[in-house]
Amino acid sequence: MFKVGITSLCLSVLLVTSINASTSGKLLLSGGVNQVEGSAGGGLTPWAFIGGYGTEDEIGANAFITNVKSSDYNMVSTGFVVGFYNRFEFSFAHQSFDTRDVGATLGLGQGYELKQNVFGAKVRLFGDGILEQGNLFPQISFGLQYKKHEQGRVVKSYGAKDDSGIDFYLNATKVILSESLLMNLTLRATKANQIGIMGFGGDRKNNYELMPEFSIGYLFTRKFIAGFEYRFKPNNLGVATEDDWLDVFGTYAFNKNFALTIAYAYLGNIVLKDKQSSLYTSLQVGF
Amino acid sequence: MFKKYTVCLLLLISCASTDKLSTYHDFGEKKGIEKVVDDLFVYLLKDERTKESFQRLNLDKTKEGLSNFICVTLEGPCKYEGQSMKRAHKGQEITERQFYGMVENMQKAMNKNNIPQRAQNKLLGKLAAMHKDIIGN
Repeated sequence: MFKVGITSLCLSVLLVTSINASTSGKLLLSGGVNQVEGSAGGGLTPWAFIGGYGTEDEIGANAFITNVKSSDYNMVSTGFVVGFYNRFEFSFAHQSFDTRDVGATLGLGQGYELKQNVFGAKVRLFGDGILEQGNLFPQISFGLQYKKHEQGRVVKSYGAKDDSGIDFYLNATKVILSESLLMNLTLRATKANQIGIMGFGGDRKNNYELMPEFSIGYLFTRKFIAGFEYRFKPNNLGVATEDDWLDVFGTYAFNKNFALTIAYAYLGNIVLKDKQSSLYTSLQVGF
Repeated sequence: MFKKYTVCLLLLISCASTDKLSTYHDFGEKKGIEKVVDDLFVYLLKDERTKESFQRLNLDKTKEGLSNFICVTLEGPCKYEGQSMKRAHKGQEITERQFYGMVENMQKAMNKNNIPQRAQNKLLGKLAAMHKDIIGN
């Protein structure tokens, strides 16, 4: 999968260099980057911003490849987001979670990969979190992420109830330019275990729960933002406790075509392995 | 120990609430603003998104007006006697793309003049708040 990701990214780079001139009009980083499930946002959590650099008259798109390397696992997420008229966005992400040694311990095989696809959609309901200054009214968006696991039988054998699920979220994002601050609050209704990598619902709990997610960022320059995110997560499976996720991130936009995000993410316990500290790297290519 | 913290805290508070003119000073006062505006117009007239809107204008007068407008926006000791933003953009049907083009060129001009980031964002925040008077008017 990593190879496929690299290939598609190389293709994107070629494409970008050939259509460089037509890049859409929004300001640098104002479409966020692609969070781990593909939606425009930070690293772990979606923001209310619409992905890509399209203004109200334009279409914009970003492709991304993200690698999350923790002490005992490795996840690669690749995909894209397309934003229409700063109103709607559609996204796709393919996640491949390498179980490394844990796969062998569980009898799945060394380096067994759990895979899922995430189809996302988001609509901006009100406000403009960047243009509207001088008041604190945020940009509000509603979105969903339909997630379909590729190995339903495996995740069900560990207690998951479903191999697919839909997360619904509402978010409020605001940039306060006079303070160079970005703030985001997301409320997500979800049944996903480890964002879906371990299936949906479980033996311990099998109902939707409302999980908040927070991001705060400081705009050091128009090209560089750094901040902190916290994502609450449910705990549905009896076989393994699931912890909240948090990260400290920095994103540098070289230009509208390339942005690099590097983060330290703390993912807590993930099946058999506790205290997963991770290096999160993500490259975004914009059109 | 406690005293030390109190002093620090007081210092922080006094820094956070510095005089209203700090952004104006960060821009290098009226002279600094004029330099930013000079550079801004070099960029605006080269940019396909923005050049049409500015080509036809009397450049010296427009620059002077904008310098005064920015100066007043930053609460500096100037007088802006030009039209309101709404009046000035009426009938021009400025798009979001053009507006952002203006902002990007402004950022370029401010960077060229080494205006501190926080001061840049303070001004952009005030200008962005006027977007309804400028876009699609």
